[in-house]
Amino acid sequence: MAHFTKATSVKDWLNQRLAIETVEKVMASEYWIPKNINFLWAMGMILAVTFGLLTISGIFLLMYYQPHVDTAFYSVNYTIMREVDFGWLWRHIHGVAASVVFLIIYIHMFTGIYYGSYKKGREMIWISGMLLFVTFSAEAFSGYMLPWGQMSYWAGMVITNIFSLGSLHLDGLVEWIRGDYVPAQAFLNRFFMLHVFLLPLAIMGLIGLHFAALRIPHVNNQDGEEIDFDEESKKYLSGDTKNSKVIRFANDFMSKDLMVVGFFLIFFFYLVFYHYGFALDPVNFDPADGLKTPAHIYPEWYFLWSYEILRPFPVDIGLVAFGFAQVIYMLLPWLDRSDNTCPANRRGKFKIWFWVLLVDMVVLTAMGKLPPEGIFSTIGLVASLLFIAMWIILPFITKNEKKV
Amino acid sequence: MKELKILAVVVFFTLLTYFLVEPYAHSQMHKHVDSEGFEYKDLPALTKTGDAARGQELIMSAGCAGCHSIEAASMSAPMDSVMAAQSYGVNPPDLSNAGVLYEAKFLADLIKNPAHALKVEHKYTPDSGKMHPMVPFYGMGGDIDQEVADMVAYLQSIAVKAEEVTPAMAFENACGRCHAVGYEQWTQLGTKPRFKHKKDSLAFDIKVMEYQDSLKAYMGKLPPDLSMYIRSRGEHYISTFMENPQSQLAGTAMPRVGVTADSAEKVIEYLKDAGDTKRHERAEIGMNVMIFSIIFAIFALLWKKQVWRELH
Repeated sequence: MAHFTKATSVKDWLNQRLAIETVEKVMASEYWIPKNINFLWAMGMILAVTFGLLTISGIFLLMYYQPHVDTAFYSVNYTIMREVDFGWLWRHIHGVAASVVFLIIYIHMFTGIYYGSYKKGREMIWISGMLLFVTFSAEAFSGYMLPWGQMSYWAGMVITNIFSLGSLHLDGLVEWIRGDYVPAQAFLNRFFMLHVFLLPLAIMGLIGLHFAALRIPHVNNQDGEEIDFDEESKKYLSGDTKNSKVIRFANDFMSKDLMVVGFFLIFFFYLVFYHYGFALDPVNFDPADGLKTPAHIYPEWYFLWSYEILRPFPVDIGLVAFGFAQVIYMLLPWLDRSDNTCPANRRGKFKIWFWVLLVDMVVLTAMGKLPPEGIFSTIGLVASLLFIAMWIILPFITKNEKKV
Repeated sequence: MKELKILAVVVFFTLLTYFLVEPYAHSQMHKHVDSEGFEYKDLPALTKTGDAARGQELIMSAGCAGCHSIEAASMSAPMDSVMAAQSYGVNPPDLSNAGVLYEAKFLADLIKNPAHALKVEHKYTPDSGKMHPMVPFYGMGGDIDQEVADMVAYLQSIAVKAEEVTPAMAFENACGRCHAVGYEQWTQLGTKPRFKHKKDSLAFDIKVMEYQDSLKAYMGKLPPDLSMYIRSRGEHYISTFMENPQSQLAGTAMPRVGVTADSAEKVIEYLKDAGDTKRHERAEIGMNVMIFSIIFAIFALLWKKQVWRELH
């Protein structure tokens, strides 16, 4: 057992028991971050803040929401929106944050791809990040069921139908997932449980893993330069902060993060108060009606690209393509065969690959929402095939990449 | 500078995606209908100047009060709403404020040819063997246009002034006999009172259901509850739909109601009060939060500059 002496102060008392000074060093003042970074490195902090907003607003909504098919719509649109003080505010914050969090996730993800932040020991960062993307997707989908509007019901119907896996006709599996033949009370209850308990728990665990995965390989930088963190941190601590290539997590990196978060919040609250329609779909303000299919059923914007990869093909091929799209990003660290860790613009063919992929994602997203008719169908099909082809050629174009 | 360039790229792709999935996709999915400003250009303009006194006599002798109440002239309805709906499909409106709520030329056309003014002639084709429940006015032997103008003038003379029309008044008369608004306790039979005994509350509900049964038979389906329509359909859609339901939903049983532009605005306001109740609070708090966010961002920027002075 450790030896304890009479504490000279509260801090000393805590320090003897919790080693708070060491913790502070490890987590903040001597957690070293490269200096050569731009504002895209603050997306992680924005995501943490947005997740915080989602959690807090979610807790308040949870106090009044009723997970029952007869009262869910009413509890959201009447009780929360009209009766509860500031209920509308929490709902708008929750709805808008749920949409914006995906915008930031995509920016975060493509930043990682652009700067090669998934290689040379950073594979686990990438994988835990992609697992977070998957759990966030499940969290978003389960949350979308809860207001029990027309889009909740029909999106629930369409998405759970995917699990019958086309010609395999696994209707039993679909019924098992729904707990009924159609989305009904059992369905709403289990998605409520997933949304407010199991998935948030998984997300918090994965966030811990994501942060932990950063410790050993360290944060990447704008040039993909391999930094000797011991050497550079010594330089910093000896007072040569100007020439050191590293900075403290707090306050150096934090101050920049907070600045970017500040600007982000202006954008975020503008959306919450003045431009929320994109995140709270009008169709979902009609109560669920199993006898009335909406003219257009579409997922929220962040699922559109993968939805479009499913859509233009015959059922079975579409499902295979859809499955491909779901897992392929996860394999990026191994499909990229080059040893170069640097921005895409110095990587020859990979540079073209990156921008084509980004544009293809935007095209897929747009086509996923537009009605699948005429020219839109054709564009969607071409964009889907291009997406698949892009990932198949990736190992070949990166294999012989010139050493930078 | 480099950071601004990166920001420009991020903003460009974000806005491009937004434009494609929101304004552009929705323009492709939904037909755009322009408002005509509630002018009802398809209806002939009134050419005669009406005489209210003469109009009153005409309305009495033409038998309007056989179906309609005119509370402003102390004439009550000949039967209650439920029975009226059983007879006509829907409870005929009280005419006290018709002169201010509805466009004059619409009223004139309605008196002469209800199915035409209401744009429901597709329901009453000769083959259907059905007649619109409102009997057209065939004239009292004089100049029918003069007679109709007199009747309209009378209706205008007994109505409240335009500035006295409230959102509830406009909604209840123009929409509320077919549409319920549950969030405002509005039923097709009026605002549901607070009952002390559950038995009385259930008795009221049963009367509403009986009324709705007649309405369902008359319209083909029960017209929807409009509580959240301001959020599910939006102002533009509701406004143009009200102006001419056929323009958005060809073949619908919903009649054109013929409201004036002012009444239409009042109806929209009523729906906003029901489905977007906190809009004023949202605007007020929104402004304060924006001011706070900007100040916060400025301080965050200054702090960053201070911290990084040592680092560059």
